[in-house]
Amino acid sequence: MSAFLETLIGGLLAGTMYSLVAIGFVLIYKASGVFNYAQGSLLLFAALTFATLTDQGAPFIVALAVTIAALVVVAVAIERLLLRPLANRSPMTLFMATLGLSYIVEGTAQGVMGSQIRALDIGLEDRPIFLGDILISQFDLVAAGVAVVLVGALSLMFDRTRIGISLRAVADDTRAALSIGVDINHIWRIVWAVAGLVGLVAGLLWGSRQGVQFSLSLVVLKALPVLIIGGFTSIIGSIVGGLIVGAAEALAETYLGPLLGGGITPWFAYVLALIFLFIRPAGLFGERQIERV
Amino acid sequence: MSDIAARGAPRLLARDPARKPLWLAAAVIGALLVAALPLVASEYWLDAIVAPFLILSLAGLGLNLLTGYAGQLSLGSGAFMMVGAYAFFAFALRAPELPAPLALIAAGLISGATGLLFGLPASRIKGFYLIVSTLATQFFFGWLFLKFPWFYDGASSGTIALPHALSLFGVDLGGARGRYYVVLVVVAALTALAVNLVRGQTGRNWMAVRDMDTAAAVVGVPTGKARLQAFAVSSFILGVAGVLWAFAYLGSASVQSFDLTRSYQILFIIIIGGLGTIRGAYFGAAFVSLLPLALDWLSQRLFAGHVDAGLLQNFQKAIFGVLIVWFLIREPEGLARLLQRLVDALGARFFHPRS
Amino acid sequence: MTAAALSALDVKNISLSFKGVKAISELSFRVEKGEICALIGPNGAGKSSLLNILNGVYAPDSGEFIFEGEPLRDIHPLEAARRGIGRCFQNNALFSGMSVIDNVIVGLSRHARASLIEEALGLPRARVQAREFRARALETLKLFDLERHAEVIVRALPYGVQKKVELARALVGGPRLLLLDEPLAGMNAEEKQEIAAIIARLNRDLKLTIILIEHDLGIVLKLADHVVVLDYGKKLADGPPDAIRDNPDVIAAYIGAPHGELAA
Repeated sequence: MSAFLETLIGGLLAGTMYSLVAIGFVLIYKASGVFNYAQGSLLLFAALTFATLTDQGAPFIVALAVTIAALVVVAVAIERLLLRPLANRSPMTLFMATLGLSYIVEGTAQGVMGSQIRALDIGLEDRPIFLGDILISQFDLVAAGVAVVLVGALSLMFDRTRIGISLRAVADDTRAALSIGVDINHIWRIVWAVAGLVGLVAGLLWGSRQGVQFSLSLVVLKALPVLIIGGFTSIIGSIVGGLIVGAAEALAETYLGPLLGGGITPWFAYVLALIFLFIRPAGLFGERQIERV
Repeated sequence: MSDIAARGAPRLLARDPARKPLWLAAAVIGALLVAALPLVASEYWLDAIVAPFLILSLAGLGLNLLTGYAGQLSLGSGAFMMVGAYAFFAFALRAPELPAPLALIAAGLISGATGLLFGLPASRIKGFYLIVSTLATQFFFGWLFLKFPWFYDGASSGTIALPHALSLFGVDLGGARGRYYVVLVVVAALTALAVNLVRGQTGRNWMAVRDMDTAAAVVGVPTGKARLQAFAVSSFILGVAGVLWAFAYLGSASVQSFDLTRSYQILFIIIIGGLGTIRGAYFGAAFVSLLPLALDWLSQRLFAGHVDAGLLQNFQKAIFGVLIVWFLIREPEGLARLLQRLVDALGARFFHPRS
Repeated sequence: MTAAALSALDVKNISLSFKGVKAISELSFRVEKGEICALIGPNGAGKSSLLNILNGVYAPDSGEFIFEGEPLRDIHPLEAARRGIGRCFQNNALFSGMSVIDNVIVGLSRHARASLIEEALGLPRARVQAREFRARALETLKLFDLERHAEVIVRALPYGVQKKVELARALVGGPRLLLLDEPLAGMNAEEKQEIAAIIARLNRDLKLTIILIEHDLGIVLKLADHVVVLDYGKKLADGPPDAIRDNPDVIAAYIGAPHGELAA
């Protein structure tokens, strides 16, 4: 029983890491209707910038500040050079553009800062601790705590600030928001910057665990099933979806994996997402859309 | 208005009787050139540049039917190529009595059936959700063909290679020229089938689903069936392209030959070449095959080979990204449309000179 | 034969709501064979939603409709098309990337018999079908004087012409009931007269039953045999045009009430 619990808890905690990536997606999707395939690349860019700066001897806080500034610049550039020219184009076109964007960000970031793997130390030790007789990764626990804090901060931002309220207005009804004078381009810049920050947090956590390298950008692939299960428009959905995917992956690898020869993690989440799609196409927390003709 | 002209011209031109001789002449000359190519081109060119270009064109064509014509986005092209290649390998190994052309078709059919299966969600869902379904294909088959030695005949390298040099349509696949002709015949035949489909009711239904699926259903298009057909046909073509890629180009292949990067590459081919056109796949494939060569040549010229290969690769990646975004913003119909304009301008110059 | 069997369409107690908001409540009316029935009412009265139920885009919460003697509810759009219910949308719903004739040929989809393999290989049946479809589409285009635009990509055409293409697409498959959602909207007076004349001709020559949503009361009263007035998803009045014009409830709703605005 305790082995089962250990697997489950380990999976749930790992799932919060997926949630962190998924939240960045949801923010952008809600504000601009863009399915941002480049979220993983932005995460890589953030972690790589940070790691390069600390490698050069920059203090933690300076590296953080410069990275955040870089993310804001990137967000402004994306809004100006990509979102604005592609306004009113089909969602498929926008998706493909973000795939192109991911190539630009990855190619440039690695071309400039190098593609070798970097160690990233943010002062978190990956030491297991015991809760009763259950072994838990301390690192995962911290990551889960960060995710919770981040979600809290984001919901405060949505509920209490003017930006947050305009953002919700845009998400609810873009045309109406425009008509009451919401500057949508400004909203886009802010949302992409915030999504970049969320990516930075996720990138630092993932990067300090597995090193900063190209494969970091592949976490985007981990977040997709989370979004399908949780729904594209709900931050709570990304948390719950992340937990479900994390737990299901861990349990499946432990109990189902041996029957299938192991190594099923890469696709299991996708199969799970497909099953969800058939049962609940809008996801657990997503909104069903009514087609107007 | 420019948007209107951009969309309208290609189709108009194809049926415009006044311009027909020009296009017919171009097609005949082109056909003669490709048939005669082995007489002038070196084996290196045939093997390393022309053959992969043709195969990538075929793969692009397969994806373009699904994405450009039927509007269903897929990131699983590599997986369907993989299924085709591994299926053909299984036939060659375990049913050697099956003539190679039949095995090729059978491998395509297996890939098509796979496409049908993983396209099933498409009959219920649309848009982004398909990305997940097609990525699932990519990851599942990447796992399957690596996990079970049956699929690669237990080779220690995990790769598949044909047990003996193959002959397709009586042509020995051992030599570069033979391979070239096989590839040419297969690609030309499948292109002809694709043209028939997109000009027929099937293609019209696909485009109707792409442009406005609710309206399509209301006027009587079986939308679910149309989507599934697009998946099946697209995967069939991709599967055949996979067989050619593995055994007429690479010689031996593995799961890595058909990974996610391959899927992206095929998608880039149709974005750059032109979504929803047959010739776009060819233009895109030519571009994607030649750009790395051009960059390589350029860096040799400018930096005398002092540029780090990794840096060059990253640079190339960024360039592809910029091109994708540029084409999507400025010319969604890709090179097909750009070249069209060029031909029109030249035609106007030579045939209707403005004194 | 009962009276119900003679009607083309019998709408019975249909209700529909979106996220708890009633769009249509307990709506019943009857459309006779070969008549033009106009649905009028302010925006949001549930007119388009009703058409969407009739051709299967929405499923009603309750109620049903009887079409040619068969009770139906929650049908698939494809089934509606197969049963001969044609439709023109309020917002232009053409396939914008395709030519005029291709748009119209799509309307023949439900008559297609050649299989995918036959089409791919260019076998005789596919070729015969292609020729037939093209001929039929051209014939329909002639009704609207559109042959010369046959090969033009639809988005290159002016709005009024596009509307006619959409009519042709709805008509080519040979529907027995045609649902027209504001076919005259956004047109100038001349175009309106032209389309109204076409609608009248289709009704007369092809004995086509038509349900028409239209805001232009002048045209409605001239064109329709029968008018149903909706307001907030409920039926306000139902009768011949003359009776509707003089109905005090309708006058109150359209002239008196603040939300009732009917463009004349």
